[in-house]
Amino acid sequence: MPIAYQIVVCGGIVPDPLQTLEPVTGPGGPALKNEMLLPAVLDPWASHALYEAAHLARGCPGSKVWLVSLAPKAKLQQVMMTVAQKVPFELIALDGSASAFTEPQETATALADAIRAIPGLDHARLLVFGGWESASRGAGITLQLVGERLGLLDQFQGVDQLIIGPDGSFEVLERIEGGVHQVSRCAGPPALLGWATGTLPEPRNNPQVGMANMRTIMPALQRAKSAPPVQAGVVFESVSLPAQQRATRVVQNRPVEEIAQEIVQWLASGG
Amino acid sequence: MPLDPAAATSLDPATAPAGQRAEMSVDIVCVGFGPAMGGFLTTLSRGLIQPDGTPAVTGATLPGAPPQVVCYERADDLGFGVSGLVTRARGLRATFPDLDSAQIPMAAPVRSEKVLYLLDPIGASRRSFALRCVDEAIRAFRRVLPCADEALELPWTPEFLHKRGGLVLSLGQFMQWVGAQVQSSGTVQLWPATPVSEALIEGDRVAGVRLLDQGVDRQGRPGPDFLPGMDVRAGLTVVGDGPVGPIGRQLDERFGLPAGHVQHEWAVGMKMVVDLPEHCDLEPGTVWHTIGFPEPEIFGFLYVHPNRVASLGIFVPSWFESPVRTAYRYLQHWMLHPRLWRVLQGGRLRSWGAKTIGESGRRGEPQLVGNGFARIGEGSGSTNVLTGSGVDEAWTTGTQLAEAVLELLRAGKAFTSENLSATYVERRRASWVEHEARVAEHARDGFQRGVLTGLVGMALTGLSGGRLSLPGRRASVPPPSPRLESYYAGKIGAAELERLRQDCLTRQTPLHDAFMERCGWPAIPFDGKLLVSNQDALLLGGKVQAPPGYADHVVFLYPELCTECGARLCLEVCSGQAIAAGKNGLPEFDREKCVHCGACVWNCTRSLPYGPGRANIALRAGAGGLHSAEN
Repeated sequence: MPIAYQIVVCGGIVPDPLQTLEPVTGPGGPALKNEMLLPAVLDPWASHALYEAAHLARGCPGSKVWLVSLAPKAKLQQVMMTVAQKVPFELIALDGSASAFTEPQETATALADAIRAIPGLDHARLLVFGGWESASRGAGITLQLVGERLGLLDQFQGVDQLIIGPDGSFEVLERIEGGVHQVSRCAGPPALLGWATGTLPEPRNNPQVGMANMRTIMPALQRAKSAPPVQAGVVFESVSLPAQQRATRVVQNRPVEEIAQEIVQWLASGG
Repeated sequence: MPLDPAAATSLDPATAPAGQRAEMSVDIVCVGFGPAMGGFLTTLSRGLIQPDGTPAVTGATLPGAPPQVVCYERADDLGFGVSGLVTRARGLRATFPDLDSAQIPMAAPVRSEKVLYLLDPIGASRRSFALRCVDEAIRAFRRVLPCADEALELPWTPEFLHKRGGLVLSLGQFMQWVGAQVQSSGTVQLWPATPVSEALIEGDRVAGVRLLDQGVDRQGRPGPDFLPGMDVRAGLTVVGDGPVGPIGRQLDERFGLPAGHVQHEWAVGMKMVVDLPEHCDLEPGTVWHTIGFPEPEIFGFLYVHPNRVASLGIFVPSWFESPVRTAYRYLQHWMLHPRLWRVLQGGRLRSWGAKTIGESGRRGEPQLVGNGFARIGEGSGSTNVLTGSGVDEAWTTGTQLAEAVLELLRAGKAFTSENLSATYVERRRASWVEHEARVAEHARDGFQRGVLTGLVGMALTGLSGGRLSLPGRRASVPPPSPRLESYYAGKIGAAELERLRQDCLTRQTPLHDAFMERCGWPAIPFDGKLLVSNQDALLLGGKVQAPPGYADHVVFLYPELCTECGARLCLEVCSGQAIAAGKNGLPEFDREKCVHCGACVWNCTRSLPYGPGRANIALRAGAGGLHSAEN
């Protein structure tokens, strides 16, 4: 008989990937210019984790999915309007900064505390999901730290597939170098899985799912606790964008072959 | 050529097997989240719950609970795809008496207003003899007139044009602010990225809406993850999907316009949000309006937000009868005018977008109510064409409907045409929106006879409180499309014109660059920051995208009509170059470049024989578009 899992997905929000990001130094340290004006989305890595969690829960009757998210409440509310139509879950909201300039230890502590506070949490059925990486917190260690704080010893990172066995054990495919997967077997929960892209497409918007989710999301947002400041003791020595990948230059009356040749040389030189 | 309506490219592309289409019931379903819906939902949500949290009124869907209210927005997020504006904010302040502009990102109180008449520094603008005389007179007296950088600052502007005491807003940011508040009430659900495909019409009653099918290919054929759009049934359907929204247009076709009403006037508004250069000393709340350049018919605007940011752009109106009307190219020439370039040079593009505006005003007002439905906002003809104001009016129509709905709910009355007329329509007719719309009704008629006549007519109407106006041409069908031969007569010979046209056809490019440059418009000196190509504006500014799994929303109903079309104005006017010349003279649509502005529909020159005034282009419900909330 399949286990009724308690699946907790950790997922923050990031600026919509189409936006132009510009680091600036604000009164509170490094920040992104106009970040609060930019549209936001659920971190794409965490999105995969959420879809996988919902898929697993659907196949295991009695399972439940929570989404624990630390982000500015107003932005989180905005993001939920889209995410809530995708899959069923219950939101646990933490009101705080979701910028790239946060300290993973502090973030992990806040997330772990929120997970511990879930009423009726049963470690024997607990699976903590999240993004292996983050489109914002690029250190990629937050989820691991969450697991450590929750005492989860079985941790898997870069997960592309989770196959549940009839006895409740599961097989995990983790990405490793060389385009292959490492296959691990685990006796069962509790465990933590940091997802890569998984195997599922983005679910279609389903208004019925949205209606059901929103009945719990709005109250969750209203009682969201403020997460403690995450900058304490952290000093950012410098902040810079990755090397510019886009260069616009206007040339006229130049043969296409020459332009192509120049682009090839530019690519060969590493851009 | 007789055309069979049944032979048009299918208008109902995906067909769900019986029983597969899910159904849901709510009390009120709303279509589109623009300023009118913001006003409606803000006012409605305040009246649904008592201060102690108990229901103030109850709905039919969940007995004992407040009415279930759900709003579907086509764009991928709230506030995408709308526009920067200056408004008197009368309606907004009536809803938010303590409105503090500092709470709203990018908002600023209006500090100063100017109207600039721009002379033509290039000599390529098409100016009438009368206008050339005006230009020469201004140049002759430039030392004694308030002239600088080829622009005359009008020493006086009539009161009806002022926005004194108003606000400069980013409508995108404002709508996000409104959306957050409405959602926080817990009584209303807002769902972006959820296009509504059609109204469910049963007899003479609108019974709800059908959401757009997902998991289909470009032609609407179901794929492996096909999800038929849900039917959302409701006692009241509130339609606020703008001037080119599919539901509003469906209702217009089904129920017709009131006698004598026509919707022929429109404008393409194209704008940018710009980081102003360091040297620019314009203060937040600065408002400039321009006339005269790049073409006399084209109006321009520049509004300054806090933190050295400006919204700026142009309106290309329907009475600019150019066969190569292109908003993007003209926007660049407008920015390069010496008066504008002095403050913009060194600036950087932050956001870009376009939309069409219904400018028929009260004369284009549709059936405001019917059994089970009500229309609000721009699509309901609320835009005031004299004062150039739409957001405040749209917002107010939304609040009027909300007050009416609450009244009916309290009285336990149904949302019938009669009840909605007695509450919503009555409120609207008695309000300043109606009064000012009546004043404005004939304000722009003169523009059909020329720019100077139009400006004089506007002034006459505005100053006389609507008692006087200059007559224009009125017709029950749109004016005929402009032709290259007549527009360029005397400028480009027939042989050269044909050569240019064929050259563009061969290269599969629109005509406007070739013809404008032939007539003296210089090439745009791209700088990669503010002066960028149309596609760069789309990517850097509009961040346009289209999610997979939806059908094309721009459809050429009878391709054979497109093949015969010599004008191909849809290509010229397309804001994002989403319509391009294809093979055999057929236009091709690329939904990943579409900003959903609707310019193609207004500009289609091939009206259908069985539906005079109806274009050969159908603009259906579609997903995606702009991804900037700063517009």
